[in-house]
Amino acid sequence: MHMHKLEKVWLIIGVITLIAFLTTVGIQAFASGHAPPSDLTKVDPEKVDETPPFNEPGLKKVGENEYELVMVLQSFGFTPNKVEIPHGSTVKFIVTSKDVVHGFEIAGTRVNMMVTPGHVNSMTYTFEEKGEYLILCNEYCGIGHHMMSAELEVK
Amino acid sequence: MNRLDSRLSLAHFYVAFAAIGVGGLFGLFQTLVRSEMITLPSSINYYQILTAHGVLMALVFTTFFIYGFLYSSIVRTTGPFTSGRRKVAWIGFISMAIGTATAVIMILLNKATVLYTFYAPLEAHPLFYIALALLVVGTYFGAFAIFGQYRQWRKEHQGEKTPLLAFMAVATLVLWLIATIGVVLTVVLQFIPWSLGISETINITLSRTLFWYFGHPLVYFWLLPAYMAWYVIVPKIIGGKIFSDSLVRLAFLLFILFSIPVGFHHQLLEPGISEGWKFVQVVLTFAVIIPSLMTAFSLFATFEMRGRRLGGKRLFGWFKKLPWKDVRFFAPFMGMLIFIPAGAGGIINASNQLNQIIHNTIWVTGHFHLTVGATVALTFFGISYWLIPHLKGRKLTKKMNGIALYQTVIWIVGMFVMSGAMHYSGLLGNPRRTQVTNYGDHAVASAWGPYETAMAIGGSLLFISLVLYLILMINLAFFAPKGQEEFPVGVEADQSLKHPAILENWKVWVGIAFALILFAYTIPVIDIIQNAPPGSKGFKFW
Repeated sequence: MHMHKLEKVWLIIGVITLIAFLTTVGIQAFASGHAPPSDLTKVDPEKVDETPPFNEPGLKKVGENEYELVMVLQSFGFTPNKVEIPHGSTVKFIVTSKDVVHGFEIAGTRVNMMVTPGHVNSMTYTFEEKGEYLILCNEYCGIGHHMMSAELEVK
Repeated sequence: MNRLDSRLSLAHFYVAFAAIGVGGLFGLFQTLVRSEMITLPSSINYYQILTAHGVLMALVFTTFFIYGFLYSSIVRTTGPFTSGRRKVAWIGFISMAIGTATAVIMILLNKATVLYTFYAPLEAHPLFYIALALLVVGTYFGAFAIFGQYRQWRKEHQGEKTPLLAFMAVATLVLWLIATIGVVLTVVLQFIPWSLGISETINITLSRTLFWYFGHPLVYFWLLPAYMAWYVIVPKIIGGKIFSDSLVRLAFLLFILFSIPVGFHHQLLEPGISEGWKFVQVVLTFAVIIPSLMTAFSLFATFEMRGRRLGGKRLFGWFKKLPWKDVRFFAPFMGMLIFIPAGAGGIINASNQLNQIIHNTIWVTGHFHLTVGATVALTFFGISYWLIPHLKGRKLTKKMNGIALYQTVIWIVGMFVMSGAMHYSGLLGNPRRTQVTNYGDHAVASAWGPYETAMAIGGSLLFISLVLYLILMINLAFFAPKGQEEFPVGVEADQSLKHPAILENWKVWVGIAFALILFAYTIPVIDIIQNAPPGSKGFKFW
């Protein structure tokens, strides 16, 4: 098939850029540990309240400056809905849903994950800055979706 | 074009125009509600009109417009439909129309406030899912009418190159048929039995995976007809030639291969799917950049060659020579131009970990209002300005062309303002699909207020442009002076070039497409089914 010389050059540059780009993305995801949240843990969505760790939602200290925050989502709220975290600590968020699909987002950070019933999702974040953070649901979950939020204070 | 085939195309366009009219009005309301300028009457809720906006714009307007355009393209290039095929196409139209009407009624009755992505376990009335199935099944009839026409042409012209527009129409529908397998499976096997109470629970991850197997190629189903206009029609309008027939065909085939096995990039933040398989599909997603680069090169080559022939000098002198005051060129060209930033945004969205910043924020809404709402819509506007009068035996007058240029510019400005505000505030965390975003006047959320206002301004401009567009369409269909408006079809610059036979060997390309799909999906889907958590019963939270 005939191809213009400049088009060949254009496509070769494009393909090389693409390979460089995907290599970077791959290294960041798998070597630097920045893969998107993909927890494979399962939970019965009708027995969330009886299943650890969701039978005791809340903040737990697990090490020096290290915490686990277990949260249960249901239309239209988070449990717990007010959390205080010491400045500089690393928090593992462990979340699930008791009903429909929700989103777990801390606005202005990279904490963002889907919360689907039947699965646990999780990710870790270190809070370097003090302030009042807003946790919100970013997946439509019903008529009160825009009310579904929680407060997180880093101090 | 003969009367009977014109009527078939026009029926599809009329439904499309009704859909964009109502859907556009709802879009305006959404921007006004979000910016807290108005509140809706208690009989209708925000998420209801959001559902209607999504269904009417993304599913109904696009599908009906595309079918109207594909029918006229196939008839223009291969001759009139046989009466049998025309009948099949009409059966398809009736099925699609009944599906659309039923879905809209269920939404307006507040029985299906589940948004156009209808994620389980929010459970709509069974008729809503049945309506969607009817809409999709209707499109199959039309696809087979077009395939039949193409096959017959090939039989009667053995050894010849098929008309490019006909090839592209077939490629678009091949993509559509393979893509809709996912949505048909989830609707027929999961949603309908579940909403009827035949099965008690639904596998959430499976339903989302099947939906997004369909959801991503869906955007290419919107885009490929726009590419038909860019590659074949625009060159003729500007008096130029198609850069390379074979490369166009190759680009379309590559879109079929690389737009389907990639749905996981919409599910990057989801539990229950492993990081590795997500990354495999991210890589396949990016392969689509190759045919996109080919398209960009070919189109600008066509423009430059034409501009230089008209006497354009130096590096960019040719640019000024293009027919900027012809809306048939101007509207699709602006669509093309907008596709550059829109495509860059898409690269961000699909970039594995980068997705984390913008997922489910209003950035994403801004993104697809640039792709489908600007690139595709502007190209479709450009098509309808000559195709509607062509089908009705009327003329696009100079005056109409002038108003159409204003319509296009207002649309562009409106989309720029609205989509720009969506992109920026999305980066700050502003969520999509949310009625109001003040969160009890939280400090973080209050920073989004000015952007919401900008979205309302952009939305208002878009609505003004839409009203202008619909007035022009009514005029061109019923009141414009009688005459012959051309259906422009371009020819290749160098017609002596050989056309590799493999480009029309559909078995090979469909085979490769399925091989890629099986590679990308078999293992994760088996895993999603075998390692499924207990399923979900339905919820009606509206």
